[in-house]
Amino acid sequence: MRLVAACLGTVLLMATVHAQAPAPLRWGGDAEGGAPFVEADPADPTHVSGFDVEIAELVAARLGRPAQFIQVAFQSLDQSAKRGDFDMGLSGIEDIPARRQSLAASVPYYEFREVMTVRRSDGDRFRTLADLRGQRVATLGGTMAYDLLLAAEHTHGIIAVSYDEDVHPYSDLANGRVDAVVLDHVLAERAMRRNTGLVTHGDALAIGHYIIITAPENTAFRDRVDAILREAMRDGTLERILRKWQVWNGDQPRLYERVLGTSGTPGTPATPGTLGTSGTLGTPATFASLQLYLPSLFRAALMTLALSCLAMALAVALGSLIAIGRVYGDGLTRALLTAYVEVMRGTPVLLQLFVIYYGLSSVVRLPAFIAALLGLGLNYAAYESEIYRSALEAVPRGQLDAARILGFTNLQALRLIRAPQAFRIALAPMTNDFVALLKDSSLVSVITVVELTKQTQIFATNIGSWLLPGLLCAAIYLVMSLPLGYLARRLEERWRMPSA
Amino acid sequence: MTATLTVRGLRLTRGTRAILQGVNLDAEAGEIVALMGLSGSGKTTILRVIAGLETPDAGEITAGKAGMVFQFHYLFEHLSAIDNVTLAPRHVQRVSVADARTRAQQLLDQLGVGHRAGALPRELSGGEAQRVAIARALAVDPPLLLLDEPTASLDPARKHDLGDALRALAAAGRALVMTSHDDDFVREHATRVVVLANGVVVEEGDPKVVLQRPQHAATRELLQMERARHGVQ
Repeated sequence: MRLVAACLGTVLLMATVHAQAPAPLRWGGDAEGGAPFVEADPADPTHVSGFDVEIAELVAARLGRPAQFIQVAFQSLDQSAKRGDFDMGLSGIEDIPARRQSLAASVPYYEFREVMTVRRSDGDRFRTLADLRGQRVATLGGTMAYDLLLAAEHTHGIIAVSYDEDVHPYSDLANGRVDAVVLDHVLAERAMRRNTGLVTHGDALAIGHYIIITAPENTAFRDRVDAILREAMRDGTLERILRKWQVWNGDQPRLYERVLGTSGTPGTPATPGTLGTSGTLGTPATFASLQLYLPSLFRAALMTLALSCLAMALAVALGSLIAIGRVYGDGLTRALLTAYVEVMRGTPVLLQLFVIYYGLSSVVRLPAFIAALLGLGLNYAAYESEIYRSALEAVPRGQLDAARILGFTNLQALRLIRAPQAFRIALAPMTNDFVALLKDSSLVSVITVVELTKQTQIFATNIGSWLLPGLLCAAIYLVMSLPLGYLARRLEERWRMPSA
Repeated sequence: MTATLTVRGLRLTRGTRAILQGVNLDAEAGEIVALMGLSGSGKTTILRVIAGLETPDAGEITAGKAGMVFQFHYLFEHLSAIDNVTLAPRHVQRVSVADARTRAQQLLDQLGVGHRAGALPRELSGGEAQRVAIARALAVDPPLLLLDEPTASLDPARKHDLGDALRALAAAGRALVMTSHDDDFVREHATRVVVLANGVVVEEGDPKVVLQRPQHAATRELLQMERARHGVQ
């Protein structure tokens, strides 16, 4: 009896404690961004550190809630905030007008400079974007710096190259794939420590700010975050955190002055080099940005189509040879080709793209488009070869016997009798693969090729909504894939093979 | 008259199973030789070895070029009837397209399927497909024609037509070797019957004599089974 009472007591106590414990403050960031923003502890990847981590913990502590980190890909932070996946997001998130329109954004807590990094040997030659006509300039996609480079494509004739993360722009700069990188000075300084032989020009191409984002309806919460940030600016807590992570500089006190001087929610402080897209809400703005982005979406669609067609041509040619080798080859040939097929089918095409583009860059420095073409083509060749192999095997042996008695050589029998029938059998699965390839080609954005999906993502990030860009992108993919299916059905009907 | 086909001491083993255990066989121009025997007696294997599709373990084969008509025809499914017939003359013998087509049309006409020249194999009836297959085999003009169970899928009227066609081919100077289960057809159209059992020839001669008064137990068993089968039908 006493035991039961004790148990009951414990349960009640726990329930009370549970009820009293404040809900954790869920904050989203991308640990892939790395130090000094948010970095996963190598020993325990669930534990993160960095100045953004400490600022999140500061906000949580002043709200009297424990901080809980949620890993979200950098490019998805806005959408995730909108969905309410977390209470607030911070991970070097830039203050741009589109973000202020679609989300509740805090006051800026850090001021950064967009700076240009080049190879030391080019240090004198390339000092500004104007010096880089016809050169490839890299940055992180969906950022102010990317918009800056897109604008410079028109004004200075540079070629903007978009990356999904901030490590490879600099390593590709070091090995000559790109000729300059424009990014936040925080990232540039970190990259300079990793890559020798680079030099960063101190002049700011633009000024930007990091902010904390919350769901658009969460303005009350955002106001509390603003109050906490202001307090931390006043009492020196923020400075201590930034000094600890060695990102403190003279720009910050001036930023604080401006922030503390404004009451309520500030807009973006005036910045040299105005960035971002339209500043008005609603349909006209969306329509205007649609007009702005439509040409680039079509260009990206052409890239998708060209890449898919060429990669498929490679896959068909190579797949046919592999299939013929596996059907007619000797033991060694068959074993080698089987190994190729199993390795290519058994590993992600994303990994293969990384290996071909980045992994091989010390041996052969392939241009991004060629690497994408090879990656997709070599991968799909494995799938195609299996289709062709089974199609070749499906042609009745008796026909080959008949051909042999009639005096055809093996090669003639393959060319005149076996392959034409196998092609008809393979047509339906081939079409299927081509449609799949059309969509898989979106993976090549990881190696800086801007195709339809990537361009859509850039579009969506800049207007702060996936709805219109997503629908448009889907429509373009369908326009490209539906005629293929129709054509394949027509050919199949014409060539219909008798059931075996 | 010299033999178009001479087979001596043919032996073939598959795994542990002896299929052919010393087969002797001859065929001369103008002859229609019927190979008979129970299923598994090695009839089809003999045709395949003569055609060069299988290599025997031992034995001698002297034969000119052979054409073969398979039980299931094995026409090239992607080509029309006439293209099936012209393919080998064009690509193996390098005959011009026009000449190959003229000759193919003649062959198809002779065999009574000239009107089906443009049809795809899947559009042909069993009897038509067989005639196209015969035309395809004859297109390269082989002195020896091998036919595997040519009557298998034919109704009685078609069988009769086939018999006439085969006799015309033999009369034109070819040697024909066919396998068959059909003792009536063999009695009526073959010039000689060869009975196989367990991979050897057990009896041979004029079909009208051999099938009327079989000397060997295997032949009697074969005829009994054929009769039983007809009784059931």
